[in-house]
Amino acid sequence: MKVLNIVEAAYRGTLEEQDDTIVWFCHAMKGANADIDVLLRGNAVNYAVKAQDASGLSFGEARQTQPPQLANDLVKLKGKGVRIFVVEDALRERGIEPSELIDGLDFVPRAKLAKLFGDYDQVWHW
Amino acid sequence: MAKTLTFALMDPPFENARSTTALRLIDLAVKGGFNVNVFAYEGAVYLPFAKQAQHPNAVHGRNVEEENHPLPRTWIAALMKEAGDKGLKLDWANCGLCVDERGAAEAIEGVRRGSPADFWNFAQNSINTLVIGTR
Repeated sequence: MKVLNIVEAAYRGTLEEQDDTIVWFCHAMKGANADIDVLLRGNAVNYAVKAQDASGLSFGEARQTQPPQLANDLVKLKGKGVRIFVVEDALRERGIEPSELIDGLDFVPRAKLAKLFGDYDQVWHW
Repeated sequence: MAKTLTFALMDPPFENARSTTALRLIDLAVKGGFNVNVFAYEGAVYLPFAKQAQHPNAVHGRNVEEENHPLPRTWIAALMKEAGDKGLKLDWANCGLCVDERGAAEAIEGVRRGSPADFWNFAQNSINTLVIGTR
């Protein structure tokens, strides 16, 4: 069974969790030999931006020492054989240039999403 | 042999209509003769939290018995019984790490601890899987 995981709700609890919970979930499923890929759409396309930096959070003497590294988490996921698709319309709408993104992404226009979905047995929209 | 459906839930209780809708869908699946797997992820691990408690409601003018406040843990227990009475199974797995970080370990009987590997196993052994993410 081959599954495409759509990540759309972005930065949901990422500072508390120190990752994106669905990207993390995909890492864990891949560790269980799941045949999965990931599609970033909506605000989640920003996860692929290299220059983002969530470090520096502190409240009083409580400092976050392991901030989320979302782009790097995608790089690691791709290194495990997971394809990372990004909706190119969503990038354009947000003024994000491809040069700002991590390497190795697969860009897909919104108009071709239905065709992409057809390549999978199931599509899970998280 | 009954077929199986899998659900992934993410919303915590008492926050939005998706939680109730998910339980409605699970109820219909059981009524339709399906075994059901549920993987509760993130805030959804509080859906079967054993310490959920009813309360009176002064605005409604009702005491605790009259108010009979719905509790998701009670609904889930009822769904598990409904499934069992029909010879089916509602297998509910709470994400273990999500439970730990929330201190939500005290779940009703029948709820077990699981991992994303359990969810993948659920999905592989089901005729279909529905993810109801939070927003």
